[in-house]
Amino acid sequence: MSSAVLATSIDHPTLLVVAGFLAGVLGGLVGIGGGILAVPALVYAAGLGQREAIATSLAAIVPMSIVGTYRQHRYGNVKVREGLTVGVLGIAGAAAGATLADLLPDRLLRLGFGLLMLLIAAQLLHGVRKARVAEAGARTG
Amino acid sequence: MLIGTLAGVYSGLFGVGGGAVMVPLLILWRGMDPRAAAATSLAAIIVIAAAGAATHAAYGNVHWDAAAMVAAPAVFGAVLGTALQQRVRREWVSIGLAVLLIVGAVDLLRGAFA
Repeated sequence: MSSAVLATSIDHPTLLVVAGFLAGVLGGLVGIGGGILAVPALVYAAGLGQREAIATSLAAIVPMSIVGTYRQHRYGNVKVREGLTVGVLGIAGAAAGATLADLLPDRLLRLGFGLLMLLIAAQLLHGVRKARVAEAGARTG
Repeated sequence: MLIGTLAGVYSGLFGVGGGAVMVPLLILWRGMDPRAAAATSLAAIIVIAAAGAATHAAYGNVHWDAAAMVAAPAVFGAVLGTALQQRVRREWVSIGLAVLLIVGAVDLLRGAFA
């Protein structure tokens, strides 16, 4: 067992740095971890396998989320208790997710979550539109 | 309660932090302001990502040199992103998030039919 795997052959260091920076900007702007960018970048630029890329991306996300949360806390935006609750439940959920991935076919999971995300996106946009209509109404009314 | 579990399931399945699921649900179900939702999600990601990274590190799957190359610029990006977020209108946080979700969903669905 070695917890410190080094000497990766990183073919495209610039790409990793750019992906990391963009992941951080996204984290600050919309509150996601940026794994969506970091995982494929690690596969492509550092030649990691999917599992190693996911592991490395998770490790890279930790300092970013700590600094991002600290800054957000100073702006007064962090709901600390809810964040911790969601985080701890998230760990339990991750274990459940790993089990589920083992039980259900990959195609079904992708389909299910893909549709769920589309539904959530539609609801978000609907909320924005409603707020705009309400705002316009308040202005004219 | 369900938000954390769903985000975790998504995170465990696809190996990301789960923020893409957490932020919109905090807005839609908990009625949070988009800025507060994004900030609270980042706090939750500390816990989720640290636990995931620790587990993976125990199996020797973390490449620390590559992690550092992603993490260092990400920290600067996060400082810039949070500063920027305070200056844009709240609704743009939601719109940006919706666009990301659609891109992510298309990618997942493409994988399902590939």
